[in-house]
Amino acid sequence: MKYVIIGNSAAGIGAVEGIRQVDREGSITIISDEPYHTYSRPLISYLLYGKTTEEKMKYRPDNFYRENGVEFIAGVRAEKVDAERKTVTLADGRGIEYDKLMVSTGSSPFVPPVEGLDTVPCRHTFMSLDDARRLSADLGKDKHVLIIGAGLIGLKCAEGIMDKVGTITVVDLAPRILSSILDDRGARIVQKHLESKGMKFILGNSVQKFEGSKAVFTDGTEFCFDVLVMAVGVRPNVKLLEGIARIERGIVINERAETTAPDIYAAGDCTQSYDVSSGMNRIMALLPNAYIQGETAGINMAGGDKCFNKAIPMNAIGFFGLHIITAGTYNGNVYEAIDEEKSTYKKLFYSDDRLNGYIMIGDVEKAGIYTSLIRERTDLGSIDFDLICLKPGLMAFSAADRKIMLGGVRK
Amino acid sequence: MRRVYVNEEWCLGCHLCEYYCAFANLNGRDLARTLKNVRINPRIKIEERNGISFAVSCRHCDEPLCRKGCITGAISISDGVITIDRDRCIGCYTCILSCPYGAVSPSDEGPVQKCELCTKNIYGTPQCVTGCPNAAIVYEERW
Repeated sequence: MKYVIIGNSAAGIGAVEGIRQVDREGSITIISDEPYHTYSRPLISYLLYGKTTEEKMKYRPDNFYRENGVEFIAGVRAEKVDAERKTVTLADGRGIEYDKLMVSTGSSPFVPPVEGLDTVPCRHTFMSLDDARRLSADLGKDKHVLIIGAGLIGLKCAEGIMDKVGTITVVDLAPRILSSILDDRGARIVQKHLESKGMKFILGNSVQKFEGSKAVFTDGTEFCFDVLVMAVGVRPNVKLLEGIARIERGIVINERAETTAPDIYAAGDCTQSYDVSSGMNRIMALLPNAYIQGETAGINMAGGDKCFNKAIPMNAIGFFGLHIITAGTYNGNVYEAIDEEKSTYKKLFYSDDRLNGYIMIGDVEKAGIYTSLIRERTDLGSIDFDLICLKPGLMAFSAADRKIMLGGVRK
Repeated sequence: MRRVYVNEEWCLGCHLCEYYCAFANLNGRDLARTLKNVRINPRIKIEERNGISFAVSCRHCDEPLCRKGCITGAISISDGVITIDRDRCIGCYTCILSCPYGAVSPSDEGPVQKCELCTKNIYGTPQCVTGCPNAAIVYEERW
């Protein structure tokens, strides 16, 4: 059996580990357009921050490819998939045959077509190790940095470079920061914290045009900067499967991580899949889902039978020591607890005896118990919901449930 | 494999498991001397309420969501024991987000901590179990 995996991040590595759970013999080839050993993409901000190194950023040990019998084709882009001939054509002209193909091509920074963007002498995106190296080379204590986008990528970038630059100003069209994971109240707490560290924000505003190193906003104000980072969002890399498998916003996969094309699987940021917390199909570009989808694909590619039908949006992120954990969908009734002084905030969303989502800021202890209630669609009537609202814990479950969780009793 | 299992009905709520955990992971030889004036932050924690108490520590799951979700690859599994490489962990807390038991927690010495069955300290076998006076936690194979 010939397995070919396009992409060398979490989903691709998950596929290798999935395949090898079932098939120790078949040949595995990984194709990556980056020339690096597998590394953790979310760590690029920690690299600039000085909290990790390129060596420690490796997502798996140095012997990973050898131990798993993987042929690693590094630094060559996969240009085309021929589903009839079951061949992947590489940028250098080589053709790689497959029996089972995995597409884990990830996502790319979305750069909106702002007028005059090409006149900006120093502009960056922030997604890959190369991006981080290039940005790092342009930093300096006298530099004023403008970041477009107050989302996860923009703000982690800001944290990472804060002590290496003069000023950082973050702009977002939305009226609040981290608008994809926080509500107004939570966003205010985090914004206050970031401002106390020296970050500046321009919210509810956007750049109309650039004139070299000057940004002109829609309200007419002007802003001069040295370094520009575009972090407005990402787009799934779906091109390889255009005309081959069904694509909506991302490559459509089912709970076995199969695309609509035979023998072609997909996982990670390039896909869209079913979110059990909202009942909707959506892109959930986050590392834990990418790994589990990849592993699921790998097991199924090798003839096993694995189903991943518990994907939900979820994020753990921190800024200068303030931790934020969120998961699920923000729909339904609300339980809210706040301590402004300690910067702790908790909000739970529930309806029809199910927990749909939550936000925790500051005190995030045992957050995973809430995540599990969402993921498993636990009937809230079967637990002490009032108790678990106050504090996540196994005490809220029945003694019989605890026998399963802690006592080794089989379900 | 052998795991730490809880016999909830036998738990006295004495918290000795917590002290033994903290003591073992400080590589102490004498419990009282090692923990004198120390505010402990153990990896096993007692939950108690209305006369019910029980200890919670890592289940060493067959399908560990902490390991699968770890963004750095710092969490690994070897012979069924799940451990954290503190040198590579950057403290993003994705494991705290993922663990259904609340068994991973912030640590005083490194970003996060969880029970590693005392495989990394001088004892080599779970000291919470050794210290439990009533067999409310046991280290055995159940299935």
